[in-house]
Amino acid sequence: MAHIRLPEGIPGILGPMVFSPETAKPLNALAEVLLRGPNSLTPADREMIATYVSSQNDCYFCQHAHGAVAAYRLGGNDKLVNEMKLNFESAEISDKLKSLLAIAGKVQKGGKHVTAEDIARARQYGATDKEIHDTVLIAAAFCMYNRYVDGLSTWAPDDPGLYRENGRRLAEEGYVHSTDRLLADAQK
Amino acid sequence: MIATYVSSQNDCIYCQSCHGSTAAQHLGGKDADYDLIASMKQNYEATAISSKMKALLAIAGKVQKGGKSVTGDDVARARQEGATDKEIHDTVLIAAAFCMFNRYVDGSQHGSRAIPRSIAKSDSRPPDSVTWGGTTRSRYRQSQRNKTRWKSS
Repeated sequence: MAHIRLPEGIPGILGPMVFSPETAKPLNALAEVLLRGPNSLTPADREMIATYVSSQNDCYFCQHAHGAVAAYRLGGNDKLVNEMKLNFESAEISDKLKSLLAIAGKVQKGGKHVTAEDIARARQYGATDKEIHDTVLIAAAFCMYNRYVDGLSTWAPDDPGLYRENGRRLAEEGYVHSTDRLLADAQK
Repeated sequence: MIATYVSSQNDCIYCQSCHGSTAAQHLGGKDADYDLIASMKQNYEATAISSKMKALLAIAGKVQKGGKSVTGDDVARARQEGATDKEIHDTVLIAAAFCMFNRYVDGSQHGSRAIPRSIAKSDSRPPDSVTWGGTTRSRYRQSQRNKTRWKSS
């Protein structure tokens, strides 16, 4: 049971978002620009970073919700997403994404863990300043979203089919639009 | 105070100094207010703040460690001291948000040239940053000088 009285049957971060629409708005706007805005990193790359950090934070809802978006973006490749979570260095992803995931993993532990060597490695594989910046901020933001979800002890469904369908919807419609619709339904 | 405490637990000098000073100013900006913030960071249970605030800081400290560290007992204590659902929600989200802001600030230190060095590195650690928002009038005046310097740079 959640720590505060949240609307029933609404999974993960969506419960607190319905409880507090005024904070849902900037939280969704941030997710939208970080994960779906124009960027030289693909949406799949950015969803992988979000999924990896959520998995390191042991946040069930977020790692499966964003893992499903990443898999959808990769043509339904759940296997690659799972391999990346378990050991990204041996997964079949680009060297650049590996170096960015290494930075994201350091940010998850704490900002000061990121070293000049981590940054140099990313640059060596062609990462730009903006890509490094966005990686740090995506990782930092998921240290927020994960804590918001688990700190209130929200409910997470365990049916993979629900996450898959939700992943398709989020990839196609985006974070702001999907949540606006949910908030409108909740107020009816 | 919640933002300052979480930033201090995350060892983020810049954020704990900025928000500590803002909290002290909200309390009146006197030396005693800066003392209170310094004491709260060190040991909030022994500081002269409300029992409700202590209970909320306990929740914030758990969120800083990880969302799953928050227990039913932590939340029950806050309710017993009169905290509402909205206050508990906002405490969790403020604590979570500062786990983001702190990582953004410290995680960018080596980083991108897109972030001006003056912000990303040197100016986030002014010479007296450890005591900024600290305990004496002279330190407070120094912090004001630093603020002016930031504005003009």
